[in-house]
Amino acid sequence: MTIYSFLFYFFEVSAAVAAIAMVFSRHVFYAALFFLVCLLCVAGLYVLAWAEFVAVTQILIYAGGVLVLILFGIMLTAKMGAKPLRVGHGNVVSGALISISFFSLIAYYIYAQFSNATTSGSVLNSSNTVETIGLSLMTSYMLPFEIAGILLLIALIGAAVIASHKSKSA
Amino acid sequence: MLPVTHLLYLGAIVFAAGLMMVITKRNAIMVLLGIELMLNAANINLVAFNYQHAHNLDGQLFSLFVIIVAVCETAVGLAIVLRVYQEYQRVVPDQIDELKD
Repeated sequence: MTIYSFLFYFFEVSAAVAAIAMVFSRHVFYAALFFLVCLLCVAGLYVLAWAEFVAVTQILIYAGGVLVLILFGIMLTAKMGAKPLRVGHGNVVSGALISISFFSLIAYYIYAQFSNATTSGSVLNSSNTVETIGLSLMTSYMLPFEIAGILLLIALIGAAVIASHKSKSA
Repeated sequence: MLPVTHLLYLGAIVFAAGLMMVITKRNAIMVLLGIELMLNAANINLVAFNYQHAHNLDGQLFSLFVIIVAVCETAVGLAIVLRVYQEYQRVVPDQIDELKD
């Protein structure tokens, strides 16, 4: 077993275990930490799949931005000095049925479609992924790039307006 | 060589976990975490198929845009959660049913 495949299986199993542990965790904070583990392991998988730029973006934006935002949300929606809130579960049977049947559907499809196909990835013809992505963002993906910038601006303004708005009755 | 089917199975597991969280958890932030998990599963699939068909980098670019949309969704969703908490002092989605009456 090479170090490459060892790292691959390690990241894969850790990401799956962290995602499943999020389902069973009763505290929001622990679920956020499991989410961090899942994100970092998936970033490691991205590096192994020759997607370094996506991996770095994942770590910077998800683990650095979104997770800090969610931790702030957890802190701001808890009563000061109270015991950590235990999150209840509702609709357990129907939720388990839906998610398990959805997983079996996708797993059966993957098994039927890809099990006998040769799944050897072709090597990237460009050795420098970052340069190719930067050139694509500035040439053929120019319009989605600009629209994404406008979307970020609108989301920023909208989030600030919604969160800072004082209620009339207060 | 990376086994691509393993990445696809991982994406299915992560998506099913996110779906389960969205349905069963009785806390709005947990529901947001579940939505993030599902978007992450979509990203895993995009990168896996880009690895398999690596003559261009469209899959990776698409996953970058998915990450951007996920960030916007989290920011607005958390703002709404904070606002609901200020109004009702709770973040349980089932108990906020004022429009039902």
